[in-house]
Amino acid sequence: MTTTDTNTEPEAVEPVVDPNAVAITVNGKPFTARKGDLIINAAEAAGEYIPRFCYHERMEPVGMCRMCLVEVDTGRGPQLMPSCMFPVSPDMKVLTASPVAKAAQEGVIELLLANHPLDCPVCDKGGECPLQDQTFSNGPGESRYVEEKRHYEKPIAISELVFLDRERCILCDRCTRFADTVAGDALIHFTHRGNLTQVNTFPDEPFASYFSGNTVQICPVGALTAKPYRFKARPWDLEEVESTCTTCSVGCRIAVQSSRDELVRYQGVDSDPVNWGWLCDKGRFGFESVTSDDRLTAPLVLTAPLVLTADGHVPTSWSSALGSAATLIKDALASGGPSSIAVLGGARGTNEDAFAWARLAHDVVGTPNVSAQLADGLPVGLLALKRATIDQAAKAPTVILLAPDLKEELPVLYLRLRDAAEKKHTRIIEFTAKGSGMSRYAWRTIYYEPGTQADVVATTLRNDDIATQIAKGDVVIVAGRANLAESSAPSIAALQALTNSIPKASVLPALRRGNIVGATQVGLRPGKSGLDSKGILNAAADGKIECLILLGADPLSDVPDVDLARRALAGARRIISVDTFLSDSTKLAHVVLPAAAYGEKSGTTTNLEGRVTQVAQKVTVAGTSRPDWMIATELAQRLGTDLGFESFADVTTAISQHVDGFDGVTIAALEANPDGLIALAPHIDPVNDPTVNLGDRNAYDFRLIVSRKLYDRASVTTMSPSLAPLISTTTLFVNPLDVARIGSSIGAEVKVSSAKATVVLALDTDASVQRGTAWVPFNQLGVNIGELIDAAASVTDVRIESL
Amino acid sequence: MSNATTYPWTPGFYAGDRPQIVTSRFQYEDSYTLERYLATDGYEGLKAALGLTGTEVHDDVRKATLLGRGGAGFPAGTKWGLTPPNTWPRYLVVNGDESEPGTYKDRLLMERDPHQLIEGCLIACYAAGLSQCFLYIRGEMAVAQERVAAALNEAYAAGYVGKNILGTEFSLDIVLHWGAGAYVVGEETALIESLEGNRGMPRLKPPFFPAAIGLYGKPTIVNNVETLSNLPWLLRNGSAEYNKIGTETSPGTRMFAVSGHVKRPGVYEVVNGTTTFRDLIYGDDFCQGIRGDNTLKAFVPGGGSAPWFIEDQLDLPFEGRLVGAAGSMLGSGAIMVMDNTTDIPKAALTLARFYANESCGKCTPCREGGTWLMRILDRIVAGLGTARDLDQLFEVGETICPGAFPHAASARLGLTAVPFPYKMTTICFVGPSAYAPINSALVLFREEFEAKLVKRTFIPVSAAPVEPVAAGAGAHA
Repeated sequence: MTTTDTNTEPEAVEPVVDPNAVAITVNGKPFTARKGDLIINAAEAAGEYIPRFCYHERMEPVGMCRMCLVEVDTGRGPQLMPSCMFPVSPDMKVLTASPVAKAAQEGVIELLLANHPLDCPVCDKGGECPLQDQTFSNGPGESRYVEEKRHYEKPIAISELVFLDRERCILCDRCTRFADTVAGDALIHFTHRGNLTQVNTFPDEPFASYFSGNTVQICPVGALTAKPYRFKARPWDLEEVESTCTTCSVGCRIAVQSSRDELVRYQGVDSDPVNWGWLCDKGRFGFESVTSDDRLTAPLVLTAPLVLTADGHVPTSWSSALGSAATLIKDALASGGPSSIAVLGGARGTNEDAFAWARLAHDVVGTPNVSAQLADGLPVGLLALKRATIDQAAKAPTVILLAPDLKEELPVLYLRLRDAAEKKHTRIIEFTAKGSGMSRYAWRTIYYEPGTQADVVATTLRNDDIATQIAKGDVVIVAGRANLAESSAPSIAALQALTNSIPKASVLPALRRGNIVGATQVGLRPGKSGLDSKGILNAAADGKIECLILLGADPLSDVPDVDLARRALAGARRIISVDTFLSDSTKLAHVVLPAAAYGEKSGTTTNLEGRVTQVAQKVTVAGTSRPDWMIATELAQRLGTDLGFESFADVTTAISQHVDGFDGVTIAALEANPDGLIALAPHIDPVNDPTVNLGDRNAYDFRLIVSRKLYDRASVTTMSPSLAPLISTTTLFVNPLDVARIGSSIGAEVKVSSAKATVVLALDTDASVQRGTAWVPFNQLGVNIGELIDAAASVTDVRIESL
Repeated sequence: MSNATTYPWTPGFYAGDRPQIVTSRFQYEDSYTLERYLATDGYEGLKAALGLTGTEVHDDVRKATLLGRGGAGFPAGTKWGLTPPNTWPRYLVVNGDESEPGTYKDRLLMERDPHQLIEGCLIACYAAGLSQCFLYIRGEMAVAQERVAAALNEAYAAGYVGKNILGTEFSLDIVLHWGAGAYVVGEETALIESLEGNRGMPRLKPPFFPAAIGLYGKPTIVNNVETLSNLPWLLRNGSAEYNKIGTETSPGTRMFAVSGHVKRPGVYEVVNGTTTFRDLIYGDDFCQGIRGDNTLKAFVPGGGSAPWFIEDQLDLPFEGRLVGAAGSMLGSGAIMVMDNTTDIPKAALTLARFYANESCGKCTPCREGGTWLMRILDRIVAGLGTARDLDQLFEVGETICPGAFPHAASARLGLTAVPFPYKMTTICFVGPSAYAPINSALVLFREEFEAKLVKRTFIPVSAAPVEPVAAGAGAHA
């Protein structure tokens, strides 16, 4: 540089002004809050916790309890304000502990305690009670109240699962607000007024919400208690570990709590990308099945003529059982070769379980016939499509549902999408054969007759309104199989019609079982020219399967075509079952190996987004049961291969090293990211073009819709004493206008015949069922509707006749 | 005035020789029919309004300083201007849920002159550019409901309400809604909740006043029945004529419902600002003094939730600002007079019981505090109270209304007035309303409470005879 250029002088650096920063002071300390922050949250971020009862950060504030009153000075002098109702403004001065604020807070505590029974020593909430805690931290220390307290009948059951003690209630509107604004089941509300205001149900209408357990969790006192936990433990005796629920594939984060080595409670953990702290009742109370006395506790083998159990099995040692299992596999290999062996199931375990079994099946045994599904989902090629997350779906302007009733199958995903629709930033276009829990919130609900969805989708997409809406931005398709009485082909055809017309769309797979996505991604899927689940069942029925290995699979209960399942289990020469309960299918197995259940093993799981999170062991296994990965490793050893796994962590490491898309998904990384890491396996083959064969439609026939309900005869419900009474009885639902056509009446029994079988069912009506179709919930008590379903047919038509 | 009729279900209405703006038709037996209404300048105000632009009508109302008659006394013209521009639809909600203890003026307006109210609604919607009107009538007012409904049917049939009113571009629908019977629904945000089909519980305001976010989330003007009933006269005669009545800051007339120990209780339309409480209670034209020539002990100047006045305040005129400075409010225009035979603690209990019962249960201080106050007072009135209970009443009141609570001055007690308003920890005014009568009664008549306390005779320990304790006696005896 030879000349001095004025331009080279450093310019005065403009301070970067964050447009969202709001400078306030909290108790004199300066703090930079974010624009739109409520005072209560800004103060907490600044280190000053403001006591509260009605405020819950996942719900709209109501300012009812008046506990969060603080003095706020916005230039007009300090004024008492409920801090949960007002956002921060520039130069606001917040005084959380001034004499006036303290007097107001102490006054509210005293008033709340005026009628609150001091039965803390026998109250389940005692020890973790916000009222108790804030009485100590912000209360006046003593009460001047000498009048008689309010009295109500002590706990009344407001549902099968929840009890309400109105004496303890402080009327904070949390449960009622949750039921109304979060769950959409406004079944509890305030009744009466003044001092006699109380929360209650409507007469003869129980609080039968799938989300009722959340109200127990967010109740700031012991007014709401849940049947499975009442008087089971005291909070200070609880041990807790954070985990992920695997009841369905949403993957809600939960805190697993135990007392004296027994699971006693699950609480929702607020995971921002997934469940926002909410859980469904099946996930929350399903822990009862883990502690069930009916759990398998020792390996069983089918050998005569020893002293047999009722089901023909005799308990044995692990070494003997594993030896028998290895012998079965070796015999099968000898008589039919590797492809005569098939593995079904594995979607209920961890990624580690699935990976170890995939290694055993594909690498040790050498069979390509592996499937984590049970002929009731969609082909694994679904996972090869461009994938979306729950957050992307909840933020997309358009969500297209081509899925089962999300409220029944993936309840917390329903909550998230309902919230997006209620907040008006997402419009839901629903394609369905029958009205669903989401129909109320859908912008458009388009009904199709089962089998014709591809045509209906194509017609709908030509509509101008729909086209304009789709052009507004991102589109997320939630795709699953809505109807078990039709094959997967019509759903796939409709999905292809959507993805072909909307190339920008991404897909959120609505596959139901807990770790179906993870199990499939880490390898529990058909290998090269391998059979899928339906293929395996057909091969077994044809006598081509020498050894069938069931991983937590109960084909008799889960496969829609129950006849196919029966023939498959009868046709398989050898059956090895790894399970937690002796199910109908397991009873037919030659060797039964007891598996560790949820809460009894550590590992990782993958939700429907592909989000990998940790699951944690909290209690000792039942009896001598073992995690699936350990069983696979031991069995491989006996078949001559050392998989090299000595702990679940070894398997996690192996997955991160060997499975595409899982690199970086290590235990350390998951510890650092409790909300999980997205892992998408990129090498899954796309779906083949489906063939839909609808045949001739007889105008007298009803087209059958069979779909799942939240509570069915699966072990998590039947083995949980609190949930078991919620299973309904198999009933046939038709449109009210079709009753006359059948010539029967509501409640009467009717004969329902398909090409395959005839069953007798009670008739009922449901206006959400379209005319000409009939709906039967799957896997309920009584008649097995699977008898009517033919896995080979694209759809099921039934004739309904009065008796 | 010769054919004035008193109906068995209405308290007396006495006109006297005074300007009448809203009660001019009360003298006729068939005052509620369209026929009578049209014969007495009916819908002339609407015709006058429709001859002007909406903005001109609005300006005229603004010039007339028509103060809201519901309680807060906010100028109607200003209120109409608070809606955000270009947000549609926007609504007028008529607050006919008159339920303040002692108040029955709106009921008379609805029963005796429903067309005047309907015409007022039309003018208000025309002037403020509102798309629809909802008329919310208290659940218990069966006659008012019946007559307003009948009048509305007549008005629709005659083309005064509906599409293209009187052949102009102006169209308006009026929707009637009956309340289910809750005092708190008289509060405008609770009324909106109730109208939407929800439980009548007030919304917190700020952040959002109904003028910005109201019924169904849209800009909403909530006006009182009496306020709207002024509009036909105002439009017929113009703001200049209106302002000639009353004072500059409080022009026009006001209806007062007087009850209690006076010779002639009833509803009176009086000139705002100039008439005094003494005129109303003792005037020959009005209540004609205390019954049986007893003396005045106290009176409630503005509905059950107003702090009480005593003889010292009798010469105050009906002017909101002055009454506020004196420690109470004109509120809903209900005056309850108590003579020297009144049991003051009992009277306070009656009012406190009402408010405790009518609390909606939403916020803690009102729900729990109101009942607590009532129960303490209940004990005192039953003769079971202690001196501690009197302080306790103030302490509980303090948690509902922190700081000094307004009360009247008293020369007898050497008290100076504490002016309005008060601070409160509740969302709406029901909580403080429960405390207002108790505070007034206790501050102004503490000796009457003390007279009811439990009489305990304490024997000082030193004065009691002490029995000498025999040696060896005691624990083993």
